[in-house]
Amino acid sequence: MDFRLNEEQQMIQNMVREFADKELAPVAARLDEEGEFPHEIIRKMGALGLFGLPFSEEYGGTGAGYLSYALAVEEISRACASTGITYAAHCSIGAGPIYLFGTPEQKKQWVMPCAQGKMLAAFGLTEPNAGSDAGGTQTTAVPDGDGWVLNGSKCFITNAGVAKVAVITAVTDKEKGSRGISSFVVPTDTPGFKVGQPYRKLGLNASDTREIILDNVRLPKESMLGKPGEGFKQFLIALDGGRISIGALSVGIAQACLDASLKYARERVQFDQPIAKFQAVQFKLADMKMKTELARTMVYKAAWLKDQGLAFSMEAAIAKLYASEAAMQNATEAVQIYGGYGYMKDYPVERYFRDAKLMEIGEGTSEIQRLVIARLLGC
Amino acid sequence: MKMFVCIKRVPDTSEADVKIDQTGKSVDSSRFSFGINDADNYAVEEAVLIKEARGGEIKFLCIGPKDSDVVIRMSLAKGGESAVRIEDPRINQKDPLQVAKVLAAAIKREQFDLVMTGCMSADDSNMSVGVALAEELGVSHAAMVKSVEILDGKIKVKRELEGGLTEVVEMSLPAVITIQTGINVPRYAPVRGIREAQKKELKVLKLEDLGLAEEEVSEAGSRVELMKLYIPVVASNAEMIQGTPDEKAEIMAVKMVKGGLL
Repeated sequence: MDFRLNEEQQMIQNMVREFADKELAPVAARLDEEGEFPHEIIRKMGALGLFGLPFSEEYGGTGAGYLSYALAVEEISRACASTGITYAAHCSIGAGPIYLFGTPEQKKQWVMPCAQGKMLAAFGLTEPNAGSDAGGTQTTAVPDGDGWVLNGSKCFITNAGVAKVAVITAVTDKEKGSRGISSFVVPTDTPGFKVGQPYRKLGLNASDTREIILDNVRLPKESMLGKPGEGFKQFLIALDGGRISIGALSVGIAQACLDASLKYARERVQFDQPIAKFQAVQFKLADMKMKTELARTMVYKAAWLKDQGLAFSMEAAIAKLYASEAAMQNATEAVQIYGGYGYMKDYPVERYFRDAKLMEIGEGTSEIQRLVIARLLGC
Repeated sequence: MKMFVCIKRVPDTSEADVKIDQTGKSVDSSRFSFGINDADNYAVEEAVLIKEARGGEIKFLCIGPKDSDVVIRMSLAKGGESAVRIEDPRINQKDPLQVAKVLAAAIKREQFDLVMTGCMSADDSNMSVGVALAEELGVSHAAMVKSVEILDGKIKVKRELEGGLTEVVEMSLPAVITIQTGINVPRYAPVRGIREAQKKELKVLKLEDLGLAEEEVSEAGSRVELMKLYIPVVASNAEMIQGTPDEKAEIMAVKMVKGGLL
């Protein structure tokens, strides 16, 4: 057993850390404040090959593996969680399902440019009436001549307004319930594919989240991903991988909270000494460190299992659940350590606090993660 | 154009607490994070830029333990064909003349046109290795270089001097130059480069491989002795300036000019 990252993984981690520190950290607060999507930074990340990390060289990736990808998501998110979610949603659940279930032609057409950073991808699963209960999907795909016609709407879709391609789930056989859901690869310039205005959100304001409206979207037969009725199974598998990336994103936020808190606690003087000298603050910092390390270890383990081709659903759910709650708890304590200043927009912990909350909700709420774990236990 | 770039792995002490270890001659580096010496990073970039513009070959040289491989391969990921790491506990790395002797021994074994180092290391800050290396190799040198132009068999460089002066120097090749930070914008290593760097040649050599005797480069053979390392006591020395606003400004301005701030 070896807990150390190998040289290549250390190098990827170092490179992304340097990139995040220099390119993202200085602008993250402004991007959030102005709700600005960082197109130029995303372009640079693509040129460096970051979007290709989890994909094989055959389809434009760098074949570095899921652990390397998790390291990159963590480092990007430590500086800017908005960019972290753009990145994670693009790779794991945008291009991810096409990479996992697409035909060689679909992969060449869509995964390759996604991996090379030439386009972004989105994943349209959630609907107004189908959140945790994704089986309640109401969007329909009806056979039409040699193709399909999609109608319905999707909500809270990351990258919806910036993606060139979206994987969309729709009911193809109402009688079969969740086994009647299929997925489609939809170019976002298809007539009838519309997006709403950006949502007004609590946090992650520099990421693009919108409603998708499918108004008689006509697709060729080949746009289906896999076979009819496989959609439900596919997105459960895609979400397993997605959970590792949300775990990594959460570790990034948790670490950012710790870094900021430690720095502040050493500088802030009250009662004639830095507040880091008070045990009340020390215990908070110790707990933050402990949670960050435990979350990181679990995320790395889940990613490592995936890279080895071993079962990782349980570990991915644990990693996502623990890391997201660690991020939220760390953010709460970070604001507390900063006191009144922590509540102000002048300091970064206020942003971490708002960003962290989504980690407990997106790609399966904490409650759903506990259900997943319980079911895998055999309950 | 055959280039050598000498690089060093150094601790990042910007955020860390620096504590002197029990020997009193070194610092406790157990909690430090390490990376490439800042000025060396610019030297790496400059070599890659020259190679991209004119072709050629880059070999990286580093004295250090196995942990330095990450730093070496990161440079290989940006460009460059191969690297040599010299690891030998007998080398006294505190003496820049001895470090230069070791590096020269590794370079002399091959043909070379240009050798680059950072102008200074962030840990020991001697600013001597590059200059001493030129002496060991018997070639010309220029220190604190902030611009490089390759001519036919020659090199034209701009050197940064004190007081905002710039000196332009032309030298015949081969030569050694020490690179000042800010000469370029070091790139990030692309993931593909990082992957490819794992397969590039990285030789590990010892003194015997370099034909060096222990006494030439060991602490016993050094003419420099590190006596003591300590953290100076921080003393605050505030002076209250009295007078009318005009007088205060005058006194302040004089002090700033004298102190070299203006």
